[in-house]
Amino acid sequence: MGTIFVKDREGNSHKLRADAGSTIMEIIRDAGLEIEAACGGCCACATCHVYVEKNWLNKLKTRDEEENSMLDQAFYVANTSRLCCQLEFDEKIDGIELTLAPE
Amino acid sequence: MNHNTDVIIIGAGPVGLFAIFELGLLNLQCHLIDNLDKVGGQCSELYPEKPIYDIPSRVKISGQELTDELMKQVKVFNPVFHLNQQAEKIEKSSDLLWNITTSAGNIISAKCIVIAAGVGSFVPRKPPIENIEKYENTSVFYSVRDKKIFKRKRILIAGGGDSALDWANDLSSIADVTLMHRRKEFRAAPKTVSKMLNLEKENRIKFILGQLSSVQGSEEQQLNIEYKDNEKKNLLKVDFFLPFYGLKMELGPIANWGLNLYENQIVVDTEKFETSEPSIFAIGDINTYPGKLKLILSGFHEAALMAQKCFSYCYPDKKNVFRYTTSSKDLQKKLGV
Repeated sequence: MGTIFVKDREGNSHKLRADAGSTIMEIIRDAGLEIEAACGGCCACATCHVYVEKNWLNKLKTRDEEENSMLDQAFYVANTSRLCCQLEFDEKIDGIELTLAPE
Repeated sequence: MNHNTDVIIIGAGPVGLFAIFELGLLNLQCHLIDNLDKVGGQCSELYPEKPIYDIPSRVKISGQELTDELMKQVKVFNPVFHLNQQAEKIEKSSDLLWNITTSAGNIISAKCIVIAAGVGSFVPRKPPIENIEKYENTSVFYSVRDKKIFKRKRILIAGGGDSALDWANDLSSIADVTLMHRRKEFRAAPKTVSKMLNLEKENRIKFILGQLSSVQGSEEQQLNIEYKDNEKKNLLKVDFFLPFYGLKMELGPIANWGLNLYENQIVVDTEKFETSEPSIFAIGDINTYPGKLKLILSGFHEAALMAQKCFSYCYPDKKNVFRYTTSSKDLQKKLGV
């Protein structure tokens, strides 16, 4: 079990408990933060868009073409943008810091 | 146009489609309303190619295959589809009859309503840009209805999917078209992409790399569009802006129909899947009850139980004898087998 840090759209920080095997989207959604995740996590929408704090980026597997192509439907896409249904939590990213992208 | 039927189903996704079958077995005729231009809901719009593994007896089936198979299964019941329109208004025309008016002006009367609308209807995803709504339907359009207004005008199209590229290609013959996308890769059909790249080579489409950052109107009725390429800010002056960022789902007018809602879902009982309003039902992902699982198979089960209650609303004096399709001559006759 570990922790992730999520900044919401109002700028408030949240420390969330994270279990290995869950995706970041599921952790954020189950904590009751405002994340739409309309498709339920099958990389078929772009409503779980987050920005990953730079230092953590290289600890994640890179975006695949499917994720990149769904990000085409998101707004304000940056180099640090990810669809967090595609990020599985494990001990390597324990403590990761994320910011929810604007809706 | 006015229509009359037994049951109106809102949403033509897998659960709405299977409801036609369960209602059909009980001799109930259905009209369906869906805001997409095709049936299948999320299965055909979001993940037509993606495999689903938890449909009973189907080891693996894609969203599109599931839709196609359901359409085959319900064909015999002659459902009527009203696509490309949203169920907008609901009124009680008498104690036993509802009228639903769609965004295309159709009025459908029925004794029962079944809401099988999933997460809601698909609507264009609008850029979260301040004041953009001020220009909507005058110089900002999320779909093209009348091409003529674009003739010889400067148009910015944003996006990298089929709608963006199809319209860029199409309008390039009558207008000055610029296409903006965040990368020079596109998820549109390969044929469409190569056509666009050719038109770009011939200077009939301008392509710019960038992401929208603001939209401002000006007195000359033109739009000043600011966009960013990495951190570099640029300005573009155009007459029309067509953002095509795909579709999103929202509950829409149903939210104001006076039904009991819990977190944007419709509260139902688990015996008949009826809402707080008698003779209005909700099945599939749109409903909620203790223990609800958002699975297609849950929606199928809910459709079967809902149909039993619809029967008693539509035929209050008739007795409904429960029968199996395996053995009932009557049901087999209805199925044409």
